Amino acid sequence: MLRSDRVFGLVVVLVALAFVASAFQLQTSFMSDPLGPKAFPILVGSVAAICGLVMILKPDEEPEWPGLATLGSLAFSVALLIGYAYSLKPFGFLLPTAVCAGVLSYQITPKPVFNLITGVGLAVLLFLIFKYVLGLGLIPFPKDLSLFSAGEVSAPEASAD
Amino acid sequence: MDLLSNLALGFSVALSPATLGLAVIGCFLGTIIGSLPGLGPSNGVAILIPLAFSLGLDATSALVLMTSVYYGAMYGGRISSILLNIPGDEPALMTTLDGYPMAKQGRAGDALVLSGVASFVGAFLATIGLMLLAPILARVAYLFGPAEYFALYLLAFSTLGGIASNNQAKAALASCIGLGIAMIGLDNTSGMPRFTGGELHLMDGVDFLVAIVGLFAVAEVFFFIESHGKNTSIGVKLEKVTVPVKDIARSGWTMLRASVVGFVAGVLPGAGASLGSFLAYMSEKSIAGEKGGFGTGVPRGVAAPEAGNNAAAGGALVPMLTLGVPGSGTTAVLLALLMTLNITPGPTLFTDRPEVVWGLIASLLIANFVLLAMNVPMVKVFVRVLQVPPAVLLPGVCMISFVGIYSLSGSYFDLILMVAFGVLGYVLRKLDVPTVPIILGILLGNHMEDALRRAMVLSDGDPTYLFSSGIAIGLWTAAVLGFVAPFFLRNLLKKPQAVSD
Repeated sequence: MLRSDRVFGLVVVLVALAFVASAFQLQTSFMSDPLGPKAFPILVGSVAAICGLVMILKPDEEPEWPGLATLGSLAFSVALLIGYAYSLKPFGFLLPTAVCAGVLSYQITPKPVFNLITGVGLAVLLFLIFKYVLGLGLIPFPKDLSLFSAGEVSAPEASAD
Repeated sequence: MDLLSNLALGFSVALSPATLGLAVIGCFLGTIIGSLPGLGPSNGVAILIPLAFSLGLDATSALVLMTSVYYGAMYGGRISSILLNIPGDEPALMTTLDGYPMAKQGRAGDALVLSGVASFVGAFLATIGLMLLAPILARVAYLFGPAEYFALYLLAFSTLGGIASNNQAKAALASCIGLGIAMIGLDNTSGMPRFTGGELHLMDGVDFLVAIVGLFAVAEVFFFIESHGKNTSIGVKLEKVTVPVKDIARSGWTMLRASVVGFVAGVLPGAGASLGSFLAYMSEKSIAGEKGGFGTGVPRGVAAPEAGNNAAAGGALVPMLTLGVPGSGTTAVLLALLMTLNITPGPTLFTDRPEVVWGLIASLLIANFVLLAMNVPMVKVFVRVLQVPPAVLLPGVCMISFVGIYSLSGSYFDLILMVAFGVLGYVLRKLDVPTVPIILGILLGNHMEDALRRAMVLSDGDPTYLFSSGIAIGLWTAAVLGFVAPFFLRNLLKKPQAVSD
């Protein structure tokens, strides 16, 4: 019978074996102790592999996995957060935060007007707190405004920093 | 008197206006964090660490601020337990058993005040216990060599796995995941990179703050997206708040007993506040017997778990400060804070940095009174906080996590890693794999390996050295028992489920 625990246990065993295998490949340096850098990782990997086996042999009850639609929105949120991470520097703090917070808020409770206010409100409020109470050096807007004017080539010196 | 002069030193640090101010702010923030469902003490302290760090506070101030948050969160956890039947944090689960029925009888105000007083008694006694026990344990800790430390780390993992989780294999696996992650980076002894895959960002290892914030805070956001915030049921209305003097007086002995039980549970490495509140509730239930009416909304059923939970929170600081082994999930996060501040917990902390230790203890004593003042007359303010909809709260938590981690390292890599830990945390929690051992593994992995390797250097590779002292043998025995005993006690120790309507 296919259970989540069995699938996960199999993944664990494979990863643990890969971990142990790569531990065997570790370089030892000339100044070494009796145990060396390999033994502890091998030990940890072996215990993990045993745990994985136990999970395959004795799986727990199946957890309640969300439906496809929810899984989709979870995957979308992960993508959104990764995008947010990459957009913080080029676009400044305010715009990406408002978009990201608003969309996350929509994912939790879909009420567009409320979500819009939440996004913008959180972005402004957090910016004020971070900048003026905690003194973090956040950049509110992109330095290079030409990012917004479509078609224009940004000046080479701006892209240098 | 040694103790008095130490305390005088502590109060001279804690009573400076700046430190006092931080303690008050910490208590306030902590109570809010604790009372919000889905933002427990571990999450709360974790997302605040990078921010406290970027404030440029010195070690003592940062420690005072964060431990006040920690104590505050322990107080705050009861508010949503009582009003919403949703524990604000895991240890507050036991408070729902009698707190919510009591609130449904229209005695929400009484339950809140009573549990506030119980929290105070528990936390206050535990702070005194900490004051008395920590210096003694610090002296014992000098006897610990690498072999004893290795056994002690093992004990922390096995009790955490044995007592605090439902499935030993999964808890052990979680510890291994953490230990495995800790191996990433440069090897302490030989200086060679391990498991970095040639990635430069991984040379320093995985920052434990990234892992903590990812596993706790980001994963929580995914859980709320999954449930669409539906868990926030409409709670019981709070009318007016009076002080139920009779109930408090009648629960006096309960609070004292529960505090002792909780404190002892907290001192055991790895066991923590959840166990403290659980044992305190169960022991009071058996003392009261059938006629006690536990589970139907009796005041003593509210007082016991709250006193136990807060006493355990104080007790958990003892092994954390003296041995560097945290007694619970949140103290693991506090240990991360100490490491970030370059303070090495352990016996030497008491001799080298007495101002840190005693300043902390004095601040905790003060924080307790501040919290009592906040949680009894001002409890309505915190009840308001419960009305913040999750659709505002969770995006906020998420954004704060991002900015905190970003301000710490300024690298995209850590942010992506944090999201990855969030996904991992979601999947693991779905599969009922506990995440606290992972944190403990990442925090202690290198120390544990170092202890083992140093032991082997000392004994020239003879493994029997690991069992060569009485302390080591005792710790090994306790570790094995802690891991194996729950197999037999599982039915006996079955956690009562929260009452459903």
